[in-house]
Amino acid sequence: MALAMVNVTASVLDWVSSAFDAPTRAVVFGVPIDGHLVVEALLVVVILFQLTRKSYKPPKKPLTEKEIDELCDDWVPEPLTPQITEDMMYEPPTLESAAGPHAIVNGKEVVNFASANYLGLVGNEKITDSCVGALEKYGVGSCGPRGFYGTIDVHLDCEQKIAKFLGTPDSILYSYGISTIFSVIPAFCKKGDIIVADEGVHWAVQNGLYLSRSTVVYFKHNDMKSLENKLEEVTRRSKQPEKVRRYIVVEAIYQNSGQIAPLDEIVRLKEKYRFRIILDESHSFGVLGNSGRGLADHCGVPIEKIDIITAGMGNALATDGGFCTGSVRVVDHQRLSSSGYVFSASLPPYLASAAIAAVDYLEENPSVLSKLRTNIATLFNELSDVPGLVLASHILSPIVFLKLKKSTGTGKTDIDLLDSIAKQALEEDSVLIATTKRSSLDKCKLPIGLRLFVSASHSESDLLKAAASLKRVAASVIS
Amino acid sequence: MVRLPYTTALTTLFSYGLLFVFGQLRDFFRKLLGWIRKPKDQLKGYAPICLGLEDFYVRRLYLRIQDCFGRPIASAPDSWFDVVERCSNDNNKTLHRTEKTSRCLNLGSYNYLGFAAADEYCTPRVIQSLKEYSASTCSTRVDGGTTKLHVELEELVARFVGKEAAILFGMGYVTNSALIPCIIGKGGLIISDSLNHNSIVNGARGSGATVRVFQHNTPSHLEEVLREQIAEGQPRTHRPWKKIIVIVEGIYSMEGELCKLPEIIAVCKKYKAYTYLDEAHSIGAVGKSGRGVCELLGVDPADVDIMMGTFTKSFGSCGGYIAASKEIIQYLKFSCPAHLYATSMSPPAVQQVISAIKVILGEDGSSRGAQKLARIRENSNFFRSELQKMGFEVLGDNDSPVMPIMLYNPAKIPAFSRECLRQNVAVVTVAFPATPLLLARARICISASHTREDLIKALENVAPLFIPTIFVSKGPELACWVQHFSSSQIVISKVGDLIGVKYFPAEPPKHLNQGHNKLE
Repeated sequence: MALAMVNVTASVLDWVSSAFDAPTRAVVFGVPIDGHLVVEALLVVVILFQLTRKSYKPPKKPLTEKEIDELCDDWVPEPLTPQITEDMMYEPPTLESAAGPHAIVNGKEVVNFASANYLGLVGNEKITDSCVGALEKYGVGSCGPRGFYGTIDVHLDCEQKIAKFLGTPDSILYSYGISTIFSVIPAFCKKGDIIVADEGVHWAVQNGLYLSRSTVVYFKHNDMKSLENKLEEVTRRSKQPEKVRRYIVVEAIYQNSGQIAPLDEIVRLKEKYRFRIILDESHSFGVLGNSGRGLADHCGVPIEKIDIITAGMGNALATDGGFCTGSVRVVDHQRLSSSGYVFSASLPPYLASAAIAAVDYLEENPSVLSKLRTNIATLFNELSDVPGLVLASHILSPIVFLKLKKSTGTGKTDIDLLDSIAKQALEEDSVLIATTKRSSLDKCKLPIGLRLFVSASHSESDLLKAAASLKRVAASVIS
Repeated sequence: MVRLPYTTALTTLFSYGLLFVFGQLRDFFRKLLGWIRKPKDQLKGYAPICLGLEDFYVRRLYLRIQDCFGRPIASAPDSWFDVVERCSNDNNKTLHRTEKTSRCLNLGSYNYLGFAAADEYCTPRVIQSLKEYSASTCSTRVDGGTTKLHVELEELVARFVGKEAAILFGMGYVTNSALIPCIIGKGGLIISDSLNHNSIVNGARGSGATVRVFQHNTPSHLEEVLREQIAEGQPRTHRPWKKIIVIVEGIYSMEGELCKLPEIIAVCKKYKAYTYLDEAHSIGAVGKSGRGVCELLGVDPADVDIMMGTFTKSFGSCGGYIAASKEIIQYLKFSCPAHLYATSMSPPAVQQVISAIKVILGEDGSSRGAQKLARIRENSNFFRSELQKMGFEVLGDNDSPVMPIMLYNPAKIPAFSRECLRQNVAVVTVAFPATPLLLARARICISASHTREDLIKALENVAPLFIPTIFVSKGPELACWVQHFSSSQIVISKVGDLIGVKYFPAEPPKHLNQGHNKLE
């Protein structure tokens, strides 16, 4: 068998070599045709033939019109919103008067701890007068975005006033509190930038971080060790420090927990690792510091070290809107690239004049800050021994945050428990308290609780009444 | 749609090219000078806050004509207002306010029904509510920021628009960007018009759903996109979509066009997609009783799933609303972050809207509402037709109070704006990035508080020949015209001639032929 194979191979080889070595049989056009030329020509023809053949691809069959029709008929969309359950039918209490320290709900007078009216400016005479003057002169709305005749001289005055009060070169006004932070962050952070943010920031900051498309790294809530580790990690990993912008985003007083950020630590870390700070001072502007200038004043940090400060004016200043302040470059850049500034109507002029009057009041009466601090301290003391609830906020924070000592098991039952405490406090003792509500879109995982917003215009009896009521209700509900 | 002639496109591109070249030259010299001077030590190790080409447009193109934008005013944005004059010491890089103001005709503010200034019915009630509820509630709607006024306005808005329930927000921009993530998420599809507003784009991006765009105002293309997308399913996995939402606007603010709502609703119904209508500019301004684009085009509000609108334009206040079925509104009250986390709308602003809607509906006991609606319709149609007769290229449909005039060339933008201001008419000019690069325009917004004298025109180069004929037909108006030489259409016509934006031939006025016939 093997011998036959060898014989066949040998004879084939002989045949091939004879074809190659065949003497010239013909002369075509002066070119002698040797045997091997024929073989080579055949080879070239075969190669060309193969090259020109199309490679095998399974034929594409687009869907016919009839098939598309069938698919469209078969498709059933989900309902636009999920089924409404019992707990979605929550109706908030309706106020029938101004949201001052005492308000009227359902015809009864209640002590109001649900409004962030820290300086007690709701119902202040001077502010109301300036608003009335502005309403008569300018009407209510400004009817246009800032670029198209929506800039009224009170806006410019307000911006200058805030900048002068804080000691920064310039500031820019926004027309709504939460839109401030989620317009500022995408204006400065683009794809490829790095942001290190606290995990307890509120929804508007999270939305801004998401819209900016930058890489976001979260560190443990108010934990400086964790922040340092994350900064270290990020600096090690990043390749081009000169081309990539890096930011730390923190809030001065966290809405979700009442903690205060240690700004001097953060500034030290920022200078060590070359980051920039974006600080949201919505609840600390007009509250912290000897003159109410915010967290920088409170921690003794010069204001130039903080790159971008934003704040909503719906809290201490008892008006609406927000502002952002920083160096001239920072503020000018926002005038053209911040979407909430360019594409939205400007702040109603009467609210801007209310802000001016509020800042004036704060400058003239710094004693209101010490009153606020005394109130917070009193309430803090009184609430330190509520059964079932524990204080989770900082001792200087005007948001007094109480969370459950022991969770009842699921988030839903916790919410129900806290809601029932708030409801009983309102109905039986006429004390209006707020529970934290989390939206389904919120990514914050901090525990929920009860929030009391302390105001400088609360009297001592109000605070004692609230504390007594909470102790009683909590004792009866959590047992 | 805009028809851009080739020569105009070429000249516009050439102008932009020239500006770009000069800008690059200046940047080069700036870098040279920056090398020579020592860099500041504190910025070492930091990336600049705006890298390289990102703000090239701002530095080299926008700053040259900065005085045409952001003009401050010193009075209410009514039909006539005071524009503050600004001066610059360093070639328009920084502008400083002066004490001088000039009284100008306002063709730029969104004041469709004239509620911008103090109104005899609204303002006393607003002041009353200010004294009662103060300027702000300092609290979110769910905590302690809901007042009786908010509840009243929500019911009133729902009744006005024709839906079951409504929910209020303090700012129109936030209404869109916080709402869309609430009703659709990953696995859903959003099909939005190519010229939708930035707030819708932001909301769509923030929701995490897939976004597809259909050609502006073309229901046939929308149908194509829908069929294709339903057949294909989600990208890569090809699972069927969870839900599809189509987002359109009532009046597009940069085009002045009305949306083709009946056809779009028919397409959406056929393919079971949900519709979202943004009536920011059309609510209160169009329709026989001011109920917006649905009334004007004869669409039943029950066919649109979610209707959104703002109070800034026609009602002279601030804020936005969503009107939909009871279940949707209840769900939004439970989970929309703008409702749970944002300060509630300021009570005087709420009262302004309540009073404005009552005036429009005639519930205040007078017929001012109906008069305002009739006036804005007449004014818009009159102004648009006269501008078209003069030869300007005006976009938009009849009945829409927004009319853009095409300028195209970048040099014409500041020329038009400054020349009109010199003649005491304030107009708004819009360029890139709010519009495509080559399609710069001047946008005029008509208000019900503009009087005919303000708008009336006589073509300045044909009027003197036809005083006898005009006198017969328009006697009293002519007398007023003679007095108000700075009335707007003369101004716009003159300025248009000066700059050369009359891209179409002016129609010869009919009086010319009549005059000739009379002579013969």
